[in-house]
Amino acid sequence: MANRKKGASSFHQTRAPLFFLAPNLLIFFIFIIIPAVSGLRMSFYEWSILGGHSFTGISNYQALIGDAMFWKTLGNTLRFVLFVVPLLTASALCIALLVSAEDSSNGLFRGFYYLPTMLSFVIVGITWRWILGDEIGVLNYIIKQTGGESVQWLTLPAMATTSLIFISVWAQTGFYMVMFVGGLQAIPESLFDAASIDGASKWQTFTKIKLPMIRPTMLVVVVLATINSFKAFELIFVLTKGGPGTATKFLVQSIYQVAFEEDRMGYASSMAVILMLVIGVLTMLQFKLNKEYSNE
Amino acid sequence: MNKIMQSTIKIILVLLFFFPILWIALSSLKLQSELFTFPLSLLPENPTLENYRSAFKTGNFLLYFKNTTIVAVVSTTITILINTMSGYALSKYIFKGRDTIFFIMIATLMIPLQVILVPIFILEKNLGMLNTLMGIIIPPAATPTGIFLARQYMMTIPNSLIEAARIDGGSEWFIFQRIILPLSKPIIATLAIFSFMWRWNDFLWPFIVIAKQKKYTLQLALANFVGQYDVDWSKLLSMTVISIIPLVIVFLMFQKYFIKGMTSGGVKF
Repeated sequence: MANRKKGASSFHQTRAPLFFLAPNLLIFFIFIIIPAVSGLRMSFYEWSILGGHSFTGISNYQALIGDAMFWKTLGNTLRFVLFVVPLLTASALCIALLVSAEDSSNGLFRGFYYLPTMLSFVIVGITWRWILGDEIGVLNYIIKQTGGESVQWLTLPAMATTSLIFISVWAQTGFYMVMFVGGLQAIPESLFDAASIDGASKWQTFTKIKLPMIRPTMLVVVVLATINSFKAFELIFVLTKGGPGTATKFLVQSIYQVAFEEDRMGYASSMAVILMLVIGVLTMLQFKLNKEYSNE
Repeated sequence: MNKIMQSTIKIILVLLFFFPILWIALSSLKLQSELFTFPLSLLPENPTLENYRSAFKTGNFLLYFKNTTIVAVVSTTITILINTMSGYALSKYIFKGRDTIFFIMIATLMIPLQVILVPIFILEKNLGMLNTLMGIIIPPAATPTGIFLARQYMMTIPNSLIEAARIDGGSEWFIFQRIILPLSKPIIATLAIFSFMWRWNDFLWPFIVIAKQKKYTLQLALANFVGQYDVDWSKLLSMTVISIIPLVIVFLMFQKYFIKGMTSGGVKF
């Protein structure tokens, strides 16, 4: 009873909120924090799921330096991220600008552009394999009908990476578009009125009002797109399996293979730690850059 | 840019984003013989559901469908419950360490499954969760995004409602269940769509945890199917379409709330 009275006068409580938080915290602790810590620990061990483990210090990390496959897949991953993030951000923003106004048809258009986002990467992969297939694909069929030569979209090393980048952008644009639309719609109407009174051109309105006003959204989009691009796995698994050769093999696939096909769990963990570090450093860099810009 | 050009671009974009999906759907209505005959036609000459019939008869397809439904429904229910609970605690109480807890929860976004898949596998093995649906239901149910959305939304609920209920002697749980939850319908719907979509489409969790065919989810089965050297496209296409349908239904069911939930602080970071 005393407890209730205290609650009635203020929101200062400890027991109730902790009770409400408990299930979530428990799951986070068991399935994220503990694995993250034990992953870090494993990276200093030689660890086999069958044959036990032994402490080896930093030798896993030393081995990484000379591991050509590690550098190759890290390079593939970085190149992929470097292309996907700007393309994705730009396409989502351009499309958002096109359909952000609330008129009779834009809602419908947004719905269409959002559709691919609802598909799983496995299904996106299946869809594009069906369209880009060497022999059976409808795209090559159209190209041949119009007198061109069929293209090995997924089986030629250079082409496969390009296709993957395009498909990743295709599959995710809708999601980031929605975020940009939210940001654009939140800009106060009065700013546009003022700009038009001052005789600002469309381009000026874009660079001087819209862009600065949606910078917070932009930051979130870039950060999320970067993290998500580093995680790419399913799409590649379904579309190219990392091939042809190792042309589209990414770090996550490497980690998986080293861990579960070669049973070198410790070594795989050291690769995961590096991936984690790369993601973390890049994210912090993005936040820092954003801060510097806004201080100008 | 004038209006006509804008509309043209918008329509070309519809083709770009929608045609691939439409092409899959239309192809799935073609018989195997028509699927690979040239010239290709957009519309099936003799539309048939034969592929769907054979998809459902294939091995364990119905079982995979059932597994996926169980995973998506149970996990979404848990997600909604525990994420709204957290959102409530973080938005309507003042207590020591609140901001730290919130920060840690959001920071877990930075540790994707991709970088902890090795220890996760070992952990689930030790907990006896490998090859169980529980192993892919429980761990991903706690989502930082869901907590964030719930918290942002609940901050807009007036404190006076809660105070009034406290004065009337309502317990904390009663207030959460009878006042907060009903007022949070839009964000619950948003969370329901997202969570159902995530779990229905999930590949990596099942890929790590599930090895036994009997526990396969649709995504796992589809990925396996397309990984074979000789892909049976007519069957695969219809399976693909079937596995999209539940998503569309859920989306349409909650769509009107979804728009509200997304715009009310959901996307404003």
